[in-house]
Amino acid sequence: MKMQMLSYIERATPIHRMTGAAKLVCFIIWSVIAMTTFDTRILVFMLIAGIVIFRMANVHLREIAFVLGFILIFLLLNNLGIYIFAPQQGSSIYGTVHILLHLPGSYSLTLEQLFYQLNVTLKYFAVIPFALLFIVTTHPSEFAASLNRIGVSYRIAYAVSITLRYIPDVQRSYHEITQAQQARGIDLSKKEKLWRRMRQAAAIIIPLVFSTLDRIEVISNAMELRRFGMKKKRTWYDERPFACIDYLAVAFSMLLLILSLWLSFHRGSRYYNPFN
Amino acid sequence: MKKDWLSIRTVVAAGIGAAIFIILRYISIPVGFIPNTTVQLSYIFLALIAVIYGPVAGGLIGLIGHSLGDALQYGSVWWSWVIVSAIVGIGFGLASRFLKISDGEFGWKSIAVFNVFQLVTQAIGWFLIAPALDIAIYGEPANKVFVQGFTAGILDIVTVGIFGTLLIWLYAQTRTKAGSLKKEA
Amino acid sequence: MKKKIIAFKAFSFKYRSQESPSLHAINLTIHQGERVLITGPSGSGKSTLGRCLNGLISNAYKGEIRGTLEIMGARSDDQTLSALSRKVGTVLQDTDAQFIGLTVGEDIAFALENDAIPQARMKRAVQQAAERVGMERFLKQSPHELSGGQKQSVAMAGVMVDPVNILLFDEPLANLDPLSGRSAMHLIDRIQKETGVTVIIIEHRVEEVLEIGIDRIVLVADGRIAADAPPDQLLSSGILGAHGVREPLYLTALKRAGIPITPELHPESLDRIKMGSIVKSLRDWAEVTIPERAQTSGQPILELSHVCFGYEPNRPALEHVSFSVQAGERIALVGKNGAGKSTLTKLICGLEQPDSGAIYVGGVDIRTQTIRERSAKTGLVMQNPNQMLSQNIVFDEVAFGLRIRGIDEEKIGSRVCETMKVCGLYPYRNWPVSALSFGQKKRVTIASVLVLEPSLLILDEPTAGQDYQHYTEIMRFLESLNDKGVTLIMITHDMHLMLEYTDRALVMADGQLIADRHPADLLSDSEIAARANLKTTSLYHLAERAGFSNPSALVYRFIQGEKRRRSRSEDADAQLH
Ligand SMILES: Nc1ncnc2c1ncn2[C@@H]1O[C@H](COP(=O)(O)OP(=O)(O)OP(=O)(O)O)[C@@H](O)[C@H]1O
Ligand SMILES: Nc1ncnc2c1ncn2[C@@H]1O[C@H](COP(=O)(O)OP(=O)(O)OP(=O)(O)O)[C@@H](O)[C@H]1O
Ligand SMILES: [Mg+2]
Ligand SMILES: [Mg+2]
Repeated sequence: MKMQMLSYIERATPIHRMTGAAKLVCFIIWSVIAMTTFDTRILVFMLIAGIVIFRMANVHLREIAFVLGFILIFLLLNNLGIYIFAPQQGSSIYGTVHILLHLPGSYSLTLEQLFYQLNVTLKYFAVIPFALLFIVTTHPSEFAASLNRIGVSYRIAYAVSITLRYIPDVQRSYHEITQAQQARGIDLSKKEKLWRRMRQAAAIIIPLVFSTLDRIEVISNAMELRRFGMKKKRTWYDERPFACIDYLAVAFSMLLLILSLWLSFHRGSRYYNPFN
Repeated sequence: MKKDWLSIRTVVAAGIGAAIFIILRYISIPVGFIPNTTVQLSYIFLALIAVIYGPVAGGLIGLIGHSLGDALQYGSVWWSWVIVSAIVGIGFGLASRFLKISDGEFGWKSIAVFNVFQLVTQAIGWFLIAPALDIAIYGEPANKVFVQGFTAGILDIVTVGIFGTLLIWLYAQTRTKAGSLKKEA
Repeated sequence: MKKKIIAFKAFSFKYRSQESPSLHAINLTIHQGERVLITGPSGSGKSTLGRCLNGLISNAYKGEIRGTLEIMGARSDDQTLSALSRKVGTVLQDTDAQFIGLTVGEDIAFALENDAIPQARMKRAVQQAAERVGMERFLKQSPHELSGGQKQSVAMAGVMVDPVNILLFDEPLANLDPLSGRSAMHLIDRIQKETGVTVIIIEHRVEEVLEIGIDRIVLVADGRIAADAPPDQLLSSGILGAHGVREPLYLTALKRAGIPITPELHPESLDRIKMGSIVKSLRDWAEVTIPERAQTSGQPILELSHVCFGYEPNRPALEHVSFSVQAGERIALVGKNGAGKSTLTKLICGLEQPDSGAIYVGGVDIRTQTIRERSAKTGLVMQNPNQMLSQNIVFDEVAFGLRIRGIDEEKIGSRVCETMKVCGLYPYRNWPVSALSFGQKKRVTIASVLVLEPSLLILDEPTAGQDYQHYTEIMRFLESLNDKGVTLIMITHDMHLMLEYTDRALVMADGQLIADRHPADLLSDSEIAARANLKTTSLYHLAERAGFSNPSALVYRFIQGEKRRRSRSEDADAQLH
């Protein structure tokens, strides 16, 4: 089985040169903006900015195509779900009804509903470029240092680093265990009956889980032998100092957040309403 | 050690646990009796590791595993459910105080305790918190998110109840009692 | 008199789950700057002793301690693990487990990061340590892209970045090809000379360790110290052999030639042995005719034709590998670390699919079969035991394959027990696999494949981490299977195993098959040997030192003698029963 995952893509661009910590802060701020607001103008601005920065990072669309596929399917289903469960949500939010298409029951299509669902979709799209960028332009080694830099306890930051370190390892052991068990006579092809296949899947999952439990012990020992966690602080081999561009990016993101919050308070609602 | 709540073992368990949590999202086992449904292995595994390593490890695995997993798989993070995963992990872990899995004890009483904990936390998480956060963060319609939370919750409670219990039981079987090993002729 | 640095006094340790102690009444003193080799049978307690030194016992492994252990004048149980780790640097038995960082640089820096050393100083220290082990060009590489030998070097750099007083190596040579093994030993030698640290090496491969000059050998057997003496004395006493540990080959040869081993002979190093008086006896003994070649008969059981394969595109792991194997052959597959040997076995068992080329087992193209159908004929023991173990209890693990095949439980019972006796596992049949030592685990995986009685048996480093006793028992059993017609393919880094137990060697280097010939011819071809990181055995050097015109003659003589001894002792066994 092929497990498709995003991973670091090495390029020499200004976005790659930014420190992980700055990118992380920006990503968090933009996520907060997107979560809190329904202001179409801000969301559209974020989406455009995201695409521009994406171009700057020189990441090719085909390198992330599989993710986009997932996202589109997900958004489609989500939109369908919203419409099935709450076809008049838009009208109740914006307070007006402009019917575009008469349908039975409460399923008439309104302009408000379309606008509302457009906003919901935009909320996802507005952050996606940043999330993608953060992952594909930040070297995993720098990731933990960045988390620690923005105030996360270094132990938790290191847990994240261990996760990134062991995903490929676990993938490899999954593959290897599958092979070893097949070599001993387990058949994973579809020729077998369903309940037997379940039992046989267990013959792979259980060693995978138990062997990693062993690994937790072994790795803790190795870390303990090299004095992890003995001090209040820890330095990072792969940390980089903030540069001008990092400060600029963070400042810009903060400004946008303030603007967005100010607009919401000023309006008294997080929904931007073009209908009245 | 002073920082016992976050010992090296907990850090490593959280890190490696999250890695497995993420990998298991890609592996599915068909459930025989309901067509087109697969068992969510991640939460079964989360239950095991939280019961062994406690609520901190469980919570961190839910948090790191779900958020990083989302990010790596979909390029975006569904924060409301991430928070629920963390809460569920903590809930599973709280059961560890009442169990002695590492000593190999997992009888009927322990099974009941574990299931009460998993049922209560998952119910709170999936039926209440997840929908509430979906509404607050994403402004989604209430009836949609409640139905979503309900289906996900029921499925998880049942699978963790059956397969999670089984996995923990298997693990308990592998623990050896103190002073029990001797060479036999 | 040098300063005492380690002192065990009446020390015992019992693992929590064990009924009886794994270490008994240990009295052992080690001085500053000494080089000590700890050896002993598999499961005798060597790793356990190491764990006491670095503090994992009883911080991570719980159990009962009696007696005292002092490290640099302070009792070990009064010291925290972090204080101990400043004194003792450990390279663990399993290098994969040793790696913590995502990249080589990060991993070497790990201890410094934890000491909160400022980054600039840290980078300098890492650079220096990496240069010392010759890994400075790999700092950005991720650990799994390194070969076995390189991993070993990085692990060493990782403990050397901060100055320790004691360096502890647990089986540094297992899984290394002969040349990488030698360079690892020379690295240890150099570091010891430069820094004057105390070095403790746990190893089965005594001969290779002796190459760098050792002050003392400690023999551990059954949890006790059976001997503790300088190499010349210990080797003269013959006590290693008595405890099932392999002596250096050249010494065995001398003994077979009827030469008494005494400390005056300087048995501790081949280069220092006093040749004068012994040359004649050696020559008389080695007076033999060149042996007959094993005749290849039977039908081809395995054929590969132009097999190409790569784990990733553009990085071939195998290129145009072609050969054919007749039923009943015994083949050694040798070559340097990362050459593609294990990969080749995966293809033969169908675990991976070739990118191009074809593989036939018993005349059938394996692409037409499922892995399970193939597994009926072909048995594979993988290099890393952890990949194969899936059951909790040893017995169930060995019985697993039979149960899948639906054989009735009674038959399983007798077959499993028989196989476990051959592999020396019978006393442990009801233990959880996790309580076994590394070498014992490997034997469990061998047993679990042997029990299936395949007609083509592939073993990936069957003897890595095994002591001589178990090694000979397993090899003898394999020979008896071979006599019944089972075809054997063994991957090994042990040149003597290749010479003694196989009739044909396939040599790989960088994904290509570079030679296919009789094992004995191989080592005299210096070009092939260099390309594949092979090296001649010490027998060959012994012959050279004794001035043999054809050094191979001694090697043949030795192997023939060993074969005869084996068949004699088998006859004796047969008469007994
Ligand atoms: N974690 C453990 N729990 C219980 N028993 C153990 C554990 N580790 C080792 N033992 C037991 O202690 C004994 C000594 O094991 P140890 O690992 O020290 O052997 P070793 O000499 O290093 O062997 P090898 O050469 O195979 O590595 C073995 O009989 C083993 O069963
Ligand atoms: N699962 C894998 N994924 C990617 N590359 C791999 C994998 N396994 C091995 N390789 C690479 O393929 C090459 C051949 O590896 P292989 O394990 O076959 O070597 P080997 O000859 O068995 O070496 P050793 O003597 O060290 O065991 C190496 O360069 C290795 O890094
Ligand atoms: Mg050992
Ligand atoms: Mg190999």
